[in-house]
Amino acid sequence: MSEEVDLGRRRLLTTATALTGAVGVVFTATPFLASWKPSARAKAMGAPIEIDLSKLEPGSMLKVEWRGKPVWVVRRTPEMLKQLEQATPFLLDPKSEGSVQPEYAKNEARARNPEYFVVLGVCTHLGCSPLPKFDAADVTVSADWPGGFYCPCHGSKFDLSGRVFKGVPAPANLTVPPYSFLTDTRVMVGSDTSQSA
Amino acid sequence: MLIKKFAPALAALALALPVLSQAHEGPALPSAGNDIRNEASLQRGARNFVNYCSGCHSAKYIRYNRIAADLHIGEAELKQNLMFTSEKTADTIVSALPAADAKKWFGVVPPDLSLMARSRGTSYIYAFLHSFYRDPSRPTGVNNTMLPGTAMPHVLSTLQGVQTAVFKTEDGKSEFEKFELTDKGSMTPAEYDAFVRDTVNFLEYIGEPSQTKRQDLGVWVTLFLLLFGAFSYLLYKEYWRDVH
Amino acid sequence: MGNDNQTTSQAKGLWGWINARFPLDTMLKEHVTEYYAPKNFNYWYVFGVLSLVVLVIQLVSGIFLTMNYKPAATEAFASVEYIMRDVEWGWLIRYMHSTGASAFFIVVYLHMFRALMYGSYRAPRELLWIFGMLIYLCLMAEAFMGYLLPWGNMSYWGAQVIVSLFGTIPVIGDSLSEWIKGDYFISDITLNRFFALHVIAIPLILVFLVVAHILALHEVGSNNPDGVEIKKYKDSSGRPLDGVAFHPYMTIKDLWGISVFLLVYCGIIFFAPTFGGLFLEAPNFDPANPMQTPPHIAPVWYFTPFYAMLRAVPSFAGTQVWGVLVMFGAIALLFFLPWLDKSPVKSIRYKGPITKIALTLFAISFVVLAYCGMKPPSTTLLLTSRIFTFVYFAFFLLMPWYSRIDAVKPVPERVTYHAH
Repeated sequence: MSEEVDLGRRRLLTTATALTGAVGVVFTATPFLASWKPSARAKAMGAPIEIDLSKLEPGSMLKVEWRGKPVWVVRRTPEMLKQLEQATPFLLDPKSEGSVQPEYAKNEARARNPEYFVVLGVCTHLGCSPLPKFDAADVTVSADWPGGFYCPCHGSKFDLSGRVFKGVPAPANLTVPPYSFLTDTRVMVGSDTSQSA
Repeated sequence: MLIKKFAPALAALALALPVLSQAHEGPALPSAGNDIRNEASLQRGARNFVNYCSGCHSAKYIRYNRIAADLHIGEAELKQNLMFTSEKTADTIVSALPAADAKKWFGVVPPDLSLMARSRGTSYIYAFLHSFYRDPSRPTGVNNTMLPGTAMPHVLSTLQGVQTAVFKTEDGKSEFEKFELTDKGSMTPAEYDAFVRDTVNFLEYIGEPSQTKRQDLGVWVTLFLLLFGAFSYLLYKEYWRDVH
Repeated sequence: MGNDNQTTSQAKGLWGWINARFPLDTMLKEHVTEYYAPKNFNYWYVFGVLSLVVLVIQLVSGIFLTMNYKPAATEAFASVEYIMRDVEWGWLIRYMHSTGASAFFIVVYLHMFRALMYGSYRAPRELLWIFGMLIYLCLMAEAFMGYLLPWGNMSYWGAQVIVSLFGTIPVIGDSLSEWIKGDYFISDITLNRFFALHVIAIPLILVFLVVAHILALHEVGSNNPDGVEIKKYKDSSGRPLDGVAFHPYMTIKDLWGISVFLLVYCGIIFFAPTFGGLFLEAPNFDPANPMQTPPHIAPVWYFTPFYAMLRAVPSFAGTQVWGVLVMFGAIALLFFLPWLDKSPVKSIRYKGPITKIALTLFAISFVVLAYCGMKPPSTTLLLTSRIFTFVYFAFFLLMPWYSRIDAVKPVPERVTYHAH
């Protein structure tokens, strides 16, 4: 060993090199980790979509795929809207406090325009796609069924606004995606404003 | 010592290597003189491209919204001035011409231009767009000294006008000498030259959209590595004081 | 901590728990903290660790490339452009890998030249040298197959030419080249199998060989610029007098070397990723086109010395196989180097003028052949290639003779070293 080792200088240089090296490792790791984010193509394919509602009959439903998930648009009749009130006492979260939806859909109809119900058709339990069971007293669900959606995987039930019933596995109401009306019968799903295409 | 003998040779080799291989064989072409950092030129080039090129040529690897973001073009402006063949801003540039029709009319499908500046070089494209000349024997009425027998018509003839090639005969062989502008176009030769340069600039940009970002980042990476190198050198010298 | 911390085998905590079950401490001592390397290493000795650094870079960047690359003829080219444009930072990862390929050969060639200069292949390091040569072969296979993956026009025709070489072998040639391609031409099938070999099969072998190379090195100990064995003189505790602990002395010196390497490597990535068409060739930005050969085909620079030899040999007796034999022979000869060198000394420092001239001519022939292999064929280049192919072979084939008769200088007992 040397006669006069300056341990202080040695320690300082070791720390400086190690810290710079650590910063370098973080810098190097960043592009690799960031490369896992949705790519420009994924973003292009996940861009907002326009749906034409002009051929949608009252009381029927339309399914569109957006970002790999089914988007439903239900054109509700006045009778169907009345069913919502009947269902309210049996719901887990009738005011949609614990579910995901834009501010404008945080109402009983969970919609911008109560006539058109736009929702992601994905059960909040384990991600199955529920089935439409719009008729009240549909015996395939139950005798006192007020009409809504029924998930075949684990029996979760939702009303015609996608609100979950009490006592089923699903913990929350169905998710409403951001959307906006371009015209009375054209809706754009994925964007709140008609700006971006 | 041997190291000292070889180090200059290796350094010279490293410097010489890029010169050894060129994208284009044959005599060196004049530089296109474009500047990838000139945003106004790139914007003009984009406009030239969609107006004069994308009718037949696609640029299927570049998205409109990428161009808009990189060249600072607003969305409304993008849709109005640049998007003629597509509706969604996230789309790539497709050509207006169906491949089957192109094959029927020109005999070949016009090549995709996304990477043309990388595979042929900017000098080549610059020279190519300057080298159309009248040739009544061709179905398009024009030929090109850079690519004799090209199927491409001179789509820029309204701008450039039409050139006539002057050939000189030497040792019984006919050799190209120069062009003469016989029919004037709507642009002066200087304006046309600027038009071509902007277009080539845009082609270089779409060849590698991240080019300027790459170089900018490279400066920081270099500075960082210099700092790290300095520390590691001092540390090395410090520890090796132990070794006698 | 008491006085009894001498007994490391009794160490407590996680470290002790692991070491009771796995020889981590022993391995670290054997290969890192108590592996003694000669203190007179010069900068030529940095290329070994740099090869390891580049291997790691290639493995990591390669793994991330496979996440977005599609090994199908219809999709491969577009998927590379997808990486270059649509994947966030994809361009950086791709340039790391493409620049890394060339960097690998640069550091490996310099590493091999170091061994040539200082006689690092001589006994007892023959097996170490052979493992190294096998690594080099794997590297060439990696580079060749990896080059097809972007499915550019140069990828396509490069593979076409190289696979055709196998077709020149008499009798079995045609069926062999068909077997390699799995088709009658370079197709989707070929691409798919090259992908499998490039991303998993050869890297596995490569990593195994690297481990073997390092184990063999640590078994016999590192050579040094003086070519003397440092194990001969040890202190009372059994440490070589002319050795320094790998850690911290060599690791820190290597770190300095790595930082210089990274400066050059990143300089290329960020400012000249195509390196004037040498690292990424312009025709490879055109998609593969079986109907149109690029105007001038040449392999990537690291193969061109051998390609020049291939072209230098004329076909006779009705077959082109001779060029192929010469080309593979040029590589095969390197394996026999430990037995061709009959000099009583290892290092060039103590060898005579003939050996020094021979080595210099060899280095020049390699560079000149590399240049000849890059350029389109011409009569001047053909003659040059032939002359330097002879030089290349003479270096090896005449070695048993000139290494024996050449004058030598006295080798010191201990290494020569001047403290900093």
